[in-house]
Amino acid sequence: MRKLIVSPAPHVHGSESTRKIMLDVIIALAPSMLVAVYFFGLSAIQLLLVSVLVCVGLEYLIQKYMLRRQPTVSDLSAVVTGVLLALNLPPSAPWWVAVIGGVVAIGITKMTFGGLGHNIFNPALVGRVFLLVSFPVIMTDWTVPESIFRPGVDAVSGATPLAMIKEGLAQGQTVDQILAANPDLSYGQMLFARAGGSAGEASALALILGFIYLLVRKVIRPHIPVTIILTVAVMSGIFWLINPEQYTDPLFNILTGGLLLGSIFMATDYVTSPMAPKGMIIYGIGIGVLTVLIRYFGSYPEGVSFAILIMNSIVPLLNKYIKPARFGKEVKHA
Amino acid sequence: MGTTFIFTVVILSVLGLLLAVVLFLVAKKFQVVEDPLIDVVEATMPGANCGGCGFAGCRAFAEACVKSKSLDGKFCPVGGNAVMQKVAAHLGVAMEEKAPMVAVVRCNGTCANRVRTNEYDGSSSCRIMSTLYSGDTACRYGCLGCGDCEKACQFGAIRVNPETLIPEVDEDRCTACGACVRACPKGIIELRNKGPKNRRVFVSCMNQDKGGIARKACTAACIGCRKCEKTCPFGAITVENNLAYIDFNKCKLCRKCVAECPTGAIHAVNFPPKPAAPAAETPKE
Amino acid sequence: MRRTFSMGGVHPRDCKISADSAIEIFPLPQRMYISMSQHLGAPAKPLVQKGDKVRVGQMIGASAGFISANIHSSVSGTVAAVEPYADLAGNPVMHVVIDVEGDEWEENIDRTPDIVREITLGPAEIIKRIADCGIVGMGGASFPTHVKLSPPPGKKAEFLIINGAECEPYLTSDYRLMVEHPEEVLLGARIMMKALGVTKGYIGIEDNKPAAIEAMRRLTASSYTEIEVVPLKKKYPQGGEKQLIDAVTGRKVPSMGLPIDTGVVVQNVGTSYAVYEAVQKNKPLFEGVMTITGQCLGGQHNFLVRTGTTFDRILEYVGGVPQTAAKIISGGPMMGKAVSNLSAATVKSSSSLLLLTEEQTRRRAEGECIRCGKCVEACPMGLEPYLLNKLSRAGRMEELEEHKVYDCIECGCCMFTCPAYIPLLDYIRTGKADVMRIMRSRPKK
Repeated sequence: MRKLIVSPAPHVHGSESTRKIMLDVIIALAPSMLVAVYFFGLSAIQLLLVSVLVCVGLEYLIQKYMLRRQPTVSDLSAVVTGVLLALNLPPSAPWWVAVIGGVVAIGITKMTFGGLGHNIFNPALVGRVFLLVSFPVIMTDWTVPESIFRPGVDAVSGATPLAMIKEGLAQGQTVDQILAANPDLSYGQMLFARAGGSAGEASALALILGFIYLLVRKVIRPHIPVTIILTVAVMSGIFWLINPEQYTDPLFNILTGGLLLGSIFMATDYVTSPMAPKGMIIYGIGIGVLTVLIRYFGSYPEGVSFAILIMNSIVPLLNKYIKPARFGKEVKHA
Repeated sequence: MGTTFIFTVVILSVLGLLLAVVLFLVAKKFQVVEDPLIDVVEATMPGANCGGCGFAGCRAFAEACVKSKSLDGKFCPVGGNAVMQKVAAHLGVAMEEKAPMVAVVRCNGTCANRVRTNEYDGSSSCRIMSTLYSGDTACRYGCLGCGDCEKACQFGAIRVNPETLIPEVDEDRCTACGACVRACPKGIIELRNKGPKNRRVFVSCMNQDKGGIARKACTAACIGCRKCEKTCPFGAITVENNLAYIDFNKCKLCRKCVAECPTGAIHAVNFPPKPAAPAAETPKE
Repeated sequence: MRRTFSMGGVHPRDCKISADSAIEIFPLPQRMYISMSQHLGAPAKPLVQKGDKVRVGQMIGASAGFISANIHSSVSGTVAAVEPYADLAGNPVMHVVIDVEGDEWEENIDRTPDIVREITLGPAEIIKRIADCGIVGMGGASFPTHVKLSPPPGKKAEFLIINGAECEPYLTSDYRLMVEHPEEVLLGARIMMKALGVTKGYIGIEDNKPAAIEAMRRLTASSYTEIEVVPLKKKYPQGGEKQLIDAVTGRKVPSMGLPIDTGVVVQNVGTSYAVYEAVQKNKPLFEGVMTITGQCLGGQHNFLVRTGTTFDRILEYVGGVPQTAAKIISGGPMMGKAVSNLSAATVKSSSSLLLLTEEQTRRRAEGECIRCGKCVEACPMGLEPYLLNKLSRAGRMEELEEHKVYDCIECGCCMFTCPAYIPLLDYIRTGKADVMRIMRSRPKK
């Protein structure tokens, strides 16, 4: 007989693993990636490839040669960061922008804190924001590149809806006038597919499909995305009711500006979001409020990235002070 | 332009002055008066904060020394006699010399001597392993090899040898703080006299089973045969519960017992090689 | 919707592959090793010496304290030794070793298969009989049953809950008892209700055991109307006392509290059966149903095994340990104990021997915590296992206590679910032990 194995209970493990979870996130992002490739063609493919390669390669090199540890890139977490970063870039961005973004995301935001599980901020988002403040022109150039999948469609400007609104308002137009002048800002187009904004926000539907997949696979809990979306709806609804000429309606706010991409895939990043349900709700409300405030009163037309990063920074506090409901009340023993 | 500049300078200077006064007053009000001797004593301490003296750290030890004005029962194992002399001088009290000690691992159940009877697959912690069961060999007294002692040592003085899975003590680094002694759930580490020229004789086994059982579990086990007890001219060896123990205060390092031990469980270390005596350090197969 | 406990829990595959194997009587071995420490609390004092003749059911160990239990011989024969013998973890425990000769039972034990329905003993007599017969909880913790049936002064029981959840994967011994001896189990419950002076009883059964629910319902509909069958939605650890009380009654046992604080006493199905036999048949607890199972094993069995049979003997009887078996567990895969010493013997509460293969049980390399919060979600006590693990490894005892490590029921849900394979419970367990020791050492206010 062979030597018996002895260990403390439990003696069996569930089917979950970090790798499977990351793979699920990648699968959930697949519809959005496909839409991006369809609309933006080779440029989208190039951004995705460069971004993923840089993220994975850099993580491997840092782990192997700087930290001298067994590389753990097979957990696929760097792939997720790479995909998210690419989906957060304008489709016309040159390839080296993705390289810089990847270096900031993995090299600075993730590995300097100790790698997976230790970073405070969402790596892909820091990468994006770093690029946004460093290369404002490139990062807000929404030219839609030619797509081999859509022959005959000319390269056009596909500015983001929120930027169009903000610009229009600055020129003294009302919201209704702007919407009327831009037929591609209809809800239908934004929900299904609209060639505009960053690579990942072309289709709200694709993102929602991913959301449903993540919920079914129990990768994420609904708390964070739902509270963010509800908060944005309520906040923007209040502004809209006060002055519909100046402020867009709630649905418009939800479908635009990467809100869905951010709330479903970025705000729910395990490492940088709270663990307990109550904490998740506070975190979600915070992101929602900050997003609307930045959109309406900040100098950037879009605020999801900043809102998430700001809330990331208070997650350790939320984890420390917001505790899950314990089983049974405390009783004082005589 | 000029006025703005002057205003800034003036406002900042005034503000700085005011705050300095506030800081001064606060510091005055909350000042804690401490015996300056504590700082002096603390400065002589090694500063390892290992807790080997039984106090929370070097500062706490210094405080206790100064407040009680006596060194009874207080000894810094890390600094040893040298540091304690200085402390005694600062306090102006007498100090008792202590023989230097060293941690000794009393198990020689190496992979070669002791067969693994099962495979432990839990967390690498002797504590967790010993709470769970008797261990992965047939000897339930011996070293578990997960290195809780190594993790507890602040001085890098004890290391589990990956070949034998038995910890080894680096005598030069060991300060006899006792952290490993406390960490070992099997209680196999003992602080013993370092001995003249670091020479020591000790029983490297803790097995209290009857001879046959102990021998079956480990070829280097003490089988409680009492040969050493009978041989020792100084009465330094006692056998209790099938296990021999050498009292280091009585042992004169004659090494008669080493030659007598049938399993090589008695170790003599740091002696010059003696051609006549069999080398006790190499375990017999 | 089916009831279940309110927070946490996991869904391991239930693998009840031995569910259809009827209970067989395990043949008497030649030598019996009867432990004097088969229960929580003080070990029993041996009453026999080497050379003594004993009969089946004869008391050979006397309870040695308030929390302790009597021990009876499971065989007839000659006492070969009274000496320390290694238990399943290799640690020596006092055992009475008996060489088996024939099968002579004490005369006052009723060995007929007839069901005795009339309960003649009064409450105090019932509790005394249960104590005399050495009945302990068969659910795993082996708490002496008579102690549990005597609530401390000032506490009053309102309900009795019979635990038929059997939420551990693989185990089917309780299931077989419920299917094959439903009336005896219910009679045991009725006896304990009489002892407690309560009029309402429940039996909680997970819905993966429809045959047991059906068998119980048939009886509770007609003659045992005071007992209600409560089907529960399958979820581990439903069989934990606190979780079962929550699932059945919705009451929550307070932190640091006992079930009796909510007016509930929980007893396992196996205990209920043993109580029936003790009170109605005058039979002490010296045998129990054990599941012998595992995918690597040729056949799946449920045996009625006399206490003190060695694991070796049982495994030999089922055809030896297969080459592919890598770990042998006494109990279920979530909370059972890994056996390092196969010459150890069964105790009163031994419920199974489970054989797992390397692939099923080998731990995988620990990764980094990705802070997914799945352990927090899975914890049925609302604790934060990831944090407790970290605090325990760092030796931060005050914070461990602040985060209620003492409430941990060691069910293993956190570790089962952790995608990074972090051995959370290993360290939480040691942290809990340390905190409990510190708490106990504090002077009582």
